[in-house]
Amino acid sequence: MKVGVTLNINGKDHAVQVEPRRTLADAIREECGQTGTHLGCEHGVCGACTILLDGEPVRACLMFAVQAAGRRIRTVEGLADGEKLHPLQRAFIEHHGLQCGYCTPGFLMLAAGTLERNPDVSDGELKEILSSNLCRCTGYKNIVKAVRAAAAEMKARR
Amino acid sequence: MKSKVVGKSVPRLEDLPLVTGRGRFAADVNFANQLHMRVVRSGHAHGRIRSIDLSRARATPGVFAAWTAADVAGLLPIALREGPDAKLDPYLQPVLAGERVRYVGEPVAVVFAEDPYLAEDAADLVGVEVAELPVVLDAHEPPSEFAPGRLTEPLVIRKGYGDVEAAFRAAHAVIELDLSIGRHSGVPLETRGAIARYDAGRDLIQMYGAAKVPHRTRDGIARVLGRDPATVHLYEGHVGGGFGVRGEVYPEDVLVCLGALRLGRPVKWIEDRYENLIATNHSREQRHRVRAAVDRGGCILALDDEFFHDQGAYPRTHGARVVDLTAGMLPGPYHVPAYRVAGHYRLTNKTPAATYRAPGRYEGSFVRERLMDAIAQRLGLDPIEVRRRNLIPKTAFPYRRELDAIGDEVVLDSGDYNGLLDKALAGIGWDALQKDLKRRRAAGESVGAGVAMYLEKSGLGPRDGARISVDGLGDVEVVTGSASLGQGVETVMAQICADALGVDYRRVRVIHGQTDRIAKGIGAHASRATVMTGSAVHVAASNLRAKAIEAAARLMKVPADALDVIDGRVVRKDSPDAISIELGEVARSMASVPDAPGLSAEGWFETEHMNYPYGVQVAVVKVDRETGGVQVEKFLIAYDVGRAVNPMMIEGQIAGGFAQGLGGALLEEFQYDERGQPLSVTFADYLLPTLSETPMVDVIVSQDAPSPRNPLGLKGAGEAGVTAVGAALAAAIDDAIGIPGAVTRLPVTPMRLKEILDRASGARTD
Repeated sequence: MKVGVTLNINGKDHAVQVEPRRTLADAIREECGQTGTHLGCEHGVCGACTILLDGEPVRACLMFAVQAAGRRIRTVEGLADGEKLHPLQRAFIEHHGLQCGYCTPGFLMLAAGTLERNPDVSDGELKEILSSNLCRCTGYKNIVKAVRAAAAEMKARR
Repeated sequence: MKSKVVGKSVPRLEDLPLVTGRGRFAADVNFANQLHMRVVRSGHAHGRIRSIDLSRARATPGVFAAWTAADVAGLLPIALREGPDAKLDPYLQPVLAGERVRYVGEPVAVVFAEDPYLAEDAADLVGVEVAELPVVLDAHEPPSEFAPGRLTEPLVIRKGYGDVEAAFRAAHAVIELDLSIGRHSGVPLETRGAIARYDAGRDLIQMYGAAKVPHRTRDGIARVLGRDPATVHLYEGHVGGGFGVRGEVYPEDVLVCLGALRLGRPVKWIEDRYENLIATNHSREQRHRVRAAVDRGGCILALDDEFFHDQGAYPRTHGARVVDLTAGMLPGPYHVPAYRVAGHYRLTNKTPAATYRAPGRYEGSFVRERLMDAIAQRLGLDPIEVRRRNLIPKTAFPYRRELDAIGDEVVLDSGDYNGLLDKALAGIGWDALQKDLKRRRAAGESVGAGVAMYLEKSGLGPRDGARISVDGLGDVEVVTGSASLGQGVETVMAQICADALGVDYRRVRVIHGQTDRIAKGIGAHASRATVMTGSAVHVAASNLRAKAIEAAARLMKVPADALDVIDGRVVRKDSPDAISIELGEVARSMASVPDAPGLSAEGWFETEHMNYPYGVQVAVVKVDRETGGVQVEKFLIAYDVGRAVNPMMIEGQIAGGFAQGLGGALLEEFQYDERGQPLSVTFADYLLPTLSETPMVDVIVSQDAPSPRNPLGLKGAGEAGVTAVGAALAAAIDDAIGIPGAVTRLPVTPMRLKEILDRASGARTD
């Protein structure tokens, strides 16, 4: 039995019908067509599905779609301002912070949620936060470089 | 002035869609009216199937069809990619198990439904009754019966040269080790997926979600289905990592194609992570009993290795390739006057195994480098000095070994192994490091360092081709039979094409992984793409350049040898800023040339042998004696790639490979209980390294030894980072705990290291 729920993704309302057991990640991808959010494990470990929920990084595979009603959802599709890339997106390109790109949306959203609240995040804190997502291609080195570079830029802009 | 991009760390062409959420991975592909497939898997490691009851699943609303082996009886078993093998063919996996199940995770039935949640519900309702049989879980045990008249050891690969017996008789010392490498695998972050549809009008099956070697995989799927390969097309979209395991011929690929063909609707299958950890190829599990005969100075006189390869339940795509590569590459960068190896290919009741990044070399490098350390220990020599005494000198190339690896005679093309060792030791500051470690050990810390050297292989032939066209706007399309698993194939090919043709690399669009765009392709595996496809692109772009100049010469009424192509324009060499024609205009002028319209050219590249990049890895670790935990403080990788097309991307490959090597050395292991039940079925049990466990690896990309076997001097780098990580970490851990030869088994989990430490302290108190 499906129920109606309105998901606000990147400022746009999506009125969808889903089963109560439908995960938020599946609803974002399938019902709302925003396939930039990826699924890597569906049990909350890898973080590929990380989105921002009211500005807070969360794992979209661990929530039901119906739980996100009335919340502001931000996904990787909402990171750039039109054609203008977010500093994190530019930094990931510039510092080769991605290879296959599958974990990238999750890392971008995790880092965006962190830096937009606290661009002064310390190296130690950042290491701990970025350790919550998995990447199988890069060995993390360039992800750290990219996030640090974006943090510096975002801080300078403040 | 021509600006060259080969050798420069230019930004990747791949990145923009990937950072903006516009990638197109397998799960992102949807077709109207599609069905969702769910595979019912064996919950038993070994048993006779008594019955499979589909009635409840079939009666579930929304279920369109459900099959068991009886429904797919006409299919051949899962094919070996490299063609039939008389020794392995009787052991191949059926698409769906009919009589016996041989591992937990083996497909026994399949359900097609309107929705993936529904399909999963219905799959849970399939009743599978199995009479359990005894399980084989240790490949080192004597072979048992696979089927009447067939043992669980289909073959043994034997290689060797020289008089091994005489060398051992004459030896000053014989060093013998028993070493094991744990079962782990590529585990890409994107699980497998396949979406197929059938075009009845053209009698064509189209499958999306292909990767790695789309052309050969197409051939394999076609063979199983009993169709001509020309009636099956595979399409590769974005691929979320491969590392050897993704893009092989699996039962699920065949089932989605057959589903689409029979059910008249597109069929989509996306693997979940639980399935991925029990059904996608495993790798690496081997046990070696290895001996070295050495002279008084620590020089190797002979190596003798017998090893047992745990293949899991069935042969997979490569047949016995991992065993063959282990045997063929084991001597590494050293001069080994006599060598004998026997690799036992053994079937067990675990998930089938195949290649994972640096197959056979990760395993063999652990064995060989442990042996080098043991030789040093026995003779009281410095481990680095022992290596130097055995390295093949740079004057010895080409260096022929009386040996083959995957059917290719081993002729090492070029190298300066000693020189790279110098670079690595200088890079880490070895002497200062030793002093520092000594000081820290004196202060009570358990810290240590280790060095490992290795030989890689790349650019397996025999040939590859590419076709390049310039359109009327001057944009360039390079059509290859290569594939991209995320490593940056598009950028590499664009860079090579850009320099050879004379265009901006950003105007080059690279096609890969589309079997309907080019007749043949070798995909992306075994560090082949840059060497083989890259060389073919170089040849094709050179041909195209000549063709463009010839046509422009007619238009400009000047001799061809007076012209050059710079930045997309054909110009006069003597006055590049004066008169010129854009390549797009040349292409337009050729649009109606009879027989060969348009500006395009093909190029082929052939090579007789593989080539051999090489590396040095240095590890520094700290051990917590209370917990058995290992912290990798520093890691340096020096790697000679012959010629670097894009150093940034090579460093990226190496850093990523390093993390995977670290995983296999310290964290990752597929474990089973005594009944063959897999215990590592989530990311909470199968531990991938996170940033916290992964230090910022230092990378030295060296270009001392270009390969003489291709026009650009290229060697592959895809497997460069992973190969000797287990070996280097083992040496560093030994050093940190002060027990030479302590590590004999990977991964060195905290529990295992604690056992080693407890045993040692027990021995001391005794």
